[in-house]
This record gives sequence, structure tokens and C-alpha cells, in this order.
Amino acid sequence: MTTDATRKTTGKVRPHQTQNESLLFEKSSPGKRAYKMPPLDVPAVDAKSLLGEAHRSQSAQLPELSEIEIIRHFTRLSTWNYAIDLGMYPLGSCTMKYNPRVNEAVSRIEGLAEAHPYRPESLAQGILEVIDLLQRCLIEITGMDAITLQPAAGAHGEFTGILLVRAWHESQGNARKKILIPDSAHGTNPATAAICGYSVENLKSNAEGGIDLEALAAQVDEETAALMLTNPSTIGVFESQIHKIADILHAKGALLYMDGANMNALVGKTRPGDFGVDVMHLNLHKTFSTPHGGGGPGSGPVACKAFLEPFLPTPVLIQNQDGTNHWNYDRPQSVGRVRAFYGNTGMFIRALAYILANGPDGLRQTTEDAVLNANYIRKNLEDLYELPYKTASMHEVVFSDKRQSTRGVKTGDIAKRLIDYGFHPYTVSFPLIVHGALMIEPTESESLKELDLFIAAMRSIAREVEETPEVIKTAPHSTRVSRLDEVQAARKPILRWKPTE
Amino acid sequence: MRYLPKSPDERLKMLADIGAPSIDSLFEVIPAEYRLSRDLDVPRQHAESEIVAYFRAAADKNATNHASFLGAGAYRHYRPVIIDSLVQRGEFLTSYTPYQAEITQGTLQAIFEFQTMIAELTGMDVANASMYDGSTGAAEAVMMAVRITGRHKAAVAATVHPEYREVMATYAKHQGLPSTLVPYDRETGRIDLAALEATLTDETAAVLVQSPNFFGIVEDIPAIADIAHKKGALLIVSIAEAVSLGVVRPPVEADIVSMEAQSFGVALSYGGPYCGVIATKDQYVRQIPGRLVGQTVDSNGYRGFVLTLATREQHIRREKATSNICTNQALVALMATIFLSVYGKEGIRELAEHNLAKADYAAKTLSAQPGAKLPFTGAPRFHEFVLQTDEAPAAWSQRLLDQKIVGGLDLSRWYPELGNATLWCATEVITREQIDAAARLLAAAPVEA
Repeated sequence: MTTDATRKTTGKVRPHQTQNESLLFEKSSPGKRAYKMPPLDVPAVDAKSLLGEAHRSQSAQLPELSEIEIIRHFTRLSTWNYAIDLGMYPLGSCTMKYNPRVNEAVSRIEGLAEAHPYRPESLAQGILEVIDLLQRCLIEITGMDAITLQPAAGAHGEFTGILLVRAWHESQGNARKKILIPDSAHGTNPATAAICGYSVENLKSNAEGGIDLEALAAQVDEETAALMLTNPSTIGVFESQIHKIADILHAKGALLYMDGANMNALVGKTRPGDFGVDVMHLNLHKTFSTPHGGGGPGSGPVACKAFLEPFLPTPVLIQNQDGTNHWNYDRPQSVGRVRAFYGNTGMFIRALAYILANGPDGLRQTTEDAVLNANYIRKNLEDLYELPYKTASMHEVVFSDKRQSTRGVKTGDIAKRLIDYGFHPYTVSFPLIVHGALMIEPTESESLKELDLFIAAMRSIAREVEETPEVIKTAPHSTRVSRLDEVQAARKPILRWKPTE
Repeated sequence: MRYLPKSPDERLKMLADIGAPSIDSLFEVIPAEYRLSRDLDVPRQHAESEIVAYFRAAADKNATNHASFLGAGAYRHYRPVIIDSLVQRGEFLTSYTPYQAEITQGTLQAIFEFQTMIAELTGMDVANASMYDGSTGAAEAVMMAVRITGRHKAAVAATVHPEYREVMATYAKHQGLPSTLVPYDRETGRIDLAALEATLTDETAAVLVQSPNFFGIVEDIPAIADIAHKKGALLIVSIAEAVSLGVVRPPVEADIVSMEAQSFGVALSYGGPYCGVIATKDQYVRQIPGRLVGQTVDSNGYRGFVLTLATREQHIRREKATSNICTNQALVALMATIFLSVYGKEGIRELAEHNLAKADYAAKTLSAQPGAKLPFTGAPRFHEFVLQTDEAPAAWSQRLLDQKIVGGLDLSRWYPELGNATLWCATEVITREQIDAAARLLAAAPVEA
């Protein structure tokens, strides 16, 4: 379907050359190679006689290719991806901001990139200083007292944070039984509570999409270990009663856990540690600009108040009298280790480079621009898209497809149509408290020009819903592949390539 | 601020458009007493040149140009240049998780290729799109075995990486999942098969071993599998050194393989980011944690790839999910995929054989020095070995460090029963000259007065 209507653009998009590219395995032929080993400077060994029964008799069927083919293969594949480097990526809750290139450069400096995790501490003082400075910066930014950088990602940080909660309650004589989680929360929150051995109790949001204080007070009891709260919430609203929420929890001995996924709305403007949060995680791959890389690696530091510090994962970094840094493994109350070694150090380097590039003024300006951008989008789309919660927006805005769905067009369809206009879709159908949600987080990285293009695209799509809804329901029309059959993929999973006979 | 694409005038124009009197008015929802009215106490804004200088200075405080015999779960292999050329393409680097399949086919196809290569190498039917690392992957594999068997105990070999075991203990603690440590045979350094057999009961969900194990010794996987399967337990094989699979027989008798793929072209980077991955048999695929990429067709019938079997995952299943894992290690998995494309079918074997030869020479040379010996014999090794010395490691390691050589890792914090034992690793990047120098320095113990 390539009529004028389906190709209609706002001027940002033109079709470009895309190529077919088969799988690596389909390009392989015996005898091609992309490597050359140096001459062996020790006596060669007979692997078969050294390993005996443990010798691999049949080689793995890896592809055989030359270097140019590999370069072309992955370069061609890369052109099929959308990326921040290509344009706005308004995924709500994901904070797809610019990933500065100096971060990449410094993380690859040989003395940092080639450091073995078990090298003697005397030969690792440089990297330990980097870790120490990042820890101090993150503690200051969050207003907390202590931190661990060990968790490998946000959900891993949640796991670590809830383990701290549990260990503290156990030290008070009762681990308690349940974790309260608002119905607007990320799916990782209830999954985390479950793997930490807690039952999950759902907390219904109030009419403004926030915490209902009365419901909270009624639900918190002596078996409540903690509330896992995202603030600003997943509809981008700051819990203005946050201090009362903390008070209600603390009065019953329960703790306040903050999911820091939306920290990009707060840095430099307010600090969770100041408004009553006991423990929280950060996502360095959201707020602190480390690249998403197509789904990872992430990094999910956990910051906490002083009373939780004894329970942090082993080891923790401490400073010797002489100013050198040292890993302390003697932590009798620790929850244990959550990951081998010390965490995703390569991400620490990038996050610190980001903080250094910004400084206090830059961090604050970043937050202000992120909030300004979200409000600008809200203002320019709220006449065409339903705004289920009118509360003031912070860094993201959540619309619903209520008006468009009367024409049979759902949020997922609008999202796919955005692709034809040169934008990555927003987050679809989340949070669950908004039926047919369009969750839009522009981040600070968008210029006024790009925002205006996005707004124009969304307004144009709203018109298309009225005039040519079929075009939207069958979008995207400009991509190399059209909508993919996910049902078939799940029903009869093909999860690897196999040679055809 | 140089990353922010707006002029002061544009900000004012936008505020006017919104109808907000000032930027601070957008933050009035935050109660006044919690608004920060001062600058954060973090370093001032730095120029790019200053940032580079700061990190270069930090790097210079680390050791540089040292020969290193450290392994123990983090391995130094040569990284082909094209890995970084390709993964730094913005389309890979700055793309999100490929939920929108139409505009993420690049990432999806590359992960599908990764899954295929891992399945081929491990001898399993399927592999997932990666886990955080080998330690969390092993813990997740045990939880997977609990779901499959409905049983709630685990037997863990004492020769599994000690930090992997610690991570597993942290995960298991709150899930009613007690685990028993299975000792190793003091002659061979392999798991004690009789002790394993005695440990297993009808309540054992899984046996977790590592091969090559923490001492670098290849375990007898078929024998272990027999013992586990006779009791109805699943066998999980953790592989910390992925390059071993070039020459070591894959653990095809295992039910689940949990591998750390750092060796496939990923920098040491002081412990992370690395790349775990779980592989298994077809019949267990619906219990595998983490993301999976599957092949399908688009509405025109063309081949394409999507994230699939998402009903296992937290964003759909919430507290009933197979795991709380969300993020994977996609970019690191891409590094591994490129690495394996470069070496390919022949190269991975040749590379592994070079490692085998270097370690064999190093083990022979070092253990031939006075007062040094190899405590474990009779079982095959890959590229690591335990060395026992009469002299305490603290003494000789300083002699080596003075000559810019980092010797083997002191094992006393985990295996005090082995005495003056160190774990040495010799990969293809170690030279004969470095091995000979280490041996000379090891032998150069001061004569006792």
C-alpha cells in the first residue's frame, strides 16, 4: 500500500535505500576466515590427547566469513534500527536521552577498560577513585546516605533494595509479609516483591492518578514491609503528598521504597532523601545517559538511608586512613552479593562523565528542559488527544486513545503510524490505569524544531483518524518489514537458525 | 550546557506557549520545603577536554602494561578491532529494547544470530537473548529448575565460582530454596561424585556445576548427569570461560547451561558489563527467564524477527513472571556475536587450542620451579590451573609485581584448605617470555638465613 496517503510525511521522512541481508549462517562458506592467529610461541599440544573424553570432536557450526562481509552485515543490520542518534525517541518511562560520545571514549581508555576485577587494589586505585566519586555524586543527587553500585540493572536494583528492606525488618524481629504496590507501577515492582518472598498487595490510585492517602492508611499494617512508589508516578505526576505518604508508612514501621525510573524529573530540583524515601534505585541508563544499546547493559545503583547501610551487598568501598580506596568484605549484616565482582563498571565511567559534563547547573537545566518539553507537548496536543489526568505533568505526559478508538484506531495503531513520520513510537498501553495509554517522554534532548515536528505528526495522525483510519490501522508503510505476525512467533517458536537439508 | 539543544529565547517562547510564568512554576507541585534551593554539591561543569584528562589520569593510576595471569571468571582475550567499530554505530548503541519490531530488525536479527551461535556452542536447543552476567544467570537457572521440577532444593559444587555461589545464596535465601555444597575430590579437583550421589534426594531440583570449574578443570559431565537424572534432578552447567567450548566437549547431557560470554570480545572493564546467557532444551523453553527473539513473517510474507514468548515476562505477568529481569545485555551480546563471526567455525577451535597450549606450557614451567607443584592431577584442564608453593603467595607475588607481572590469584580466602594455593590463567595473549619470567621470579625466593 504505497498511495500518497500512506506515504504522506511532515517533511522529515524520505524513503532510503534498504537492502536485504541474509543471516550470517546463510553467507558462510567453508574456508573463508576473518582472523589470523599469531605463531604459537610455546610447544603445540595435541588437544585430543590432553582432553581425552572431554575433547570436542565436532566443531560448532559457526559461520565462516571474511572481515568485509562481517562489517557489511552488521552495518546493514544497523540501518534497520531506529535510534536516538536518528531522532526523537519519546518512550515514556524509558528516558531515551542523548548518549554523549565522550562517555564512550573515556570508558575505552586502556587503563580502565583492561582492568581485571581481581587485580591487586594497589594497581586499581584509579578505577576505585572513579567509583568513589560517582558514589558521592549519586548520594548527593538523591539526598541519601549510602549506596551500592553492584546491581546490574533497574530490576536488579529493585531486588537489592527490597532485600535491604527485608534484612532491616528481620533485624527488628519480623520480616513482615507484604509489599504495597500502586496499580500504576512498572511490572518489575510486583515481580521483584515476589522473588524477595513477599506477597503483593495492590494499591488503587486516586482520581488524580496518585496515591490515595485514606486507602494507604487503611492498608498499611504491622505486616507491611514497604510501599514501592514511583515518583513522579508513571503518569508523570509528582506525589505532592509525598511527605504524608512517608509518615503513614513510618508510623507503622513500614519503609518507603522509591523506583527511581523517573529521576530525570527531579535531579537538582528535589531529593528523594529529603522527602522521606528510605531506599531507592537509579537507572544509570535512563537518568545518567549510559546507552541502552538495544536493551542493555544497564546499571541500577541502590541508595539508602544510614540505618540500611549495614545491609548493603558485599563488598562496599571504604577509604583507608591514607586516602586509598579499599573493598571491605567484612559485612556481617550484609544481604550478600547480588552480582559477581562490583557491578557494571563500564557504565559507572560513562555516568560519571555525564555528571562532570553537566555540573550542578547543567543537571538542573537538564531536568528543567525535560519538564518543559513534556509540558510543551501536552499543551500542543491536549485539544486532540484525551488527557485522562489533568494534574500537572513533570517529565512525561500520558494521553489516552479514547477519542480515536471511537473510529476503531487504538494507541498501538497510532504508535505504528508515528514510525511513518520518522519517530519512534511512545510507550503503548502503559501505565495500566489508563485505558489505551499513549505515554510520551521527550527528555531534554529534543530541540524545539524536533518537538514541533513531533507535534505536527501527532496532529496529522489525529486528522487521519477521521479521514483515513485504515491507513493508520495498517501502518507502518515506510519500513523494510510491515507488521510482524507475533502470534505465529509465539505459537510455533523458531528461536535459532537451522540449516535446510 | 552543550548537550541541551535549546536557546534561552526558545525556552522563554515555550514557557509563554504553555502559559507558565517561569520554569519554576512547573515545579510547584513539589512541596516548597522539599524543593532544592541550592546547587548540588557535585563537581563543576567540565569541558570535554577536562573530562578526558580526568579519566586518563585515573587510568594512569591503575596498572598499565602489566602481564597478567589473572582469570577466575574474567578473561583477557584479544578483542578484534571491528567489534568496537560496529557496536559504536549509533543505530546499535542508542537504540532501545526492540519492542517495536518494524524499526529494530537490526538488533533483533543480531540477537537471533547470537541465540543460534550460543545454542551451537553449548549443544543446547535454544538460548535466550542474554542475562546480566554469569553469576546472576546461574542463580536464575536454579530458579528455572525449581519451576520445572516443582522441587525446592539445590546441590552446588564447591568448584563453582565462589562469587557465583554467593549470588545464588542471596537469590535462594528468600525463596525457601536450601542448597547443599558438594565437596571436590582432593586428587582430581573435580566434584566428588560419591558425595554428590549421597547428597541428592527426591527433593533436589538441580545440580549446579561449573565446567571448566573454578580450578580450571573440566568436569565429567556425562557421569554427573547420570547421577542427577537418576534422582530426577536437572543438571545445570555453568560455563565461566566461553572460549573453552572451542575445544572442550559441550555439556550436551545438561538440562540447562548458564554461560558467561565475556570471553567473546568483551573488555575486562573491572568486572562489567559482561554477558550472561541461558541455554536449554526445547521442552523447557517456556520456563527460560529473560528475553527471547523468534523468527516470524510480516504481513507481506517476508521473514522478520520479534521478541517472543513474552507471557513469561514481568511486564505481562507481573508477580507471576518467571523472573523480575527486564534489561538484558544486548550490546554486549552483539560484541560476542561479532567476535564469533570473526573467529568462526575454525577460528574458535584454533583460538581455544592456543589457550590450551599456553596454559599447558605455563603449568609445566611454573610447577617445575623449586617448592612449586600442581595439586590436582588426572583430570583435563583448559587454560587455568592451581599452583601450590612452599613460599606464601604474598611474598612471591610482590617480586612479580616489581617486574610488572600480576601472578595467580590467591585462593586462601575461599579455599584455605589448599594452603599456599594460587589460580593461574594463561590465555593466547600471554607470551612464552612472560611465562618464563614469572617462573624465574617464582624460583628466586630469598635464601633463608
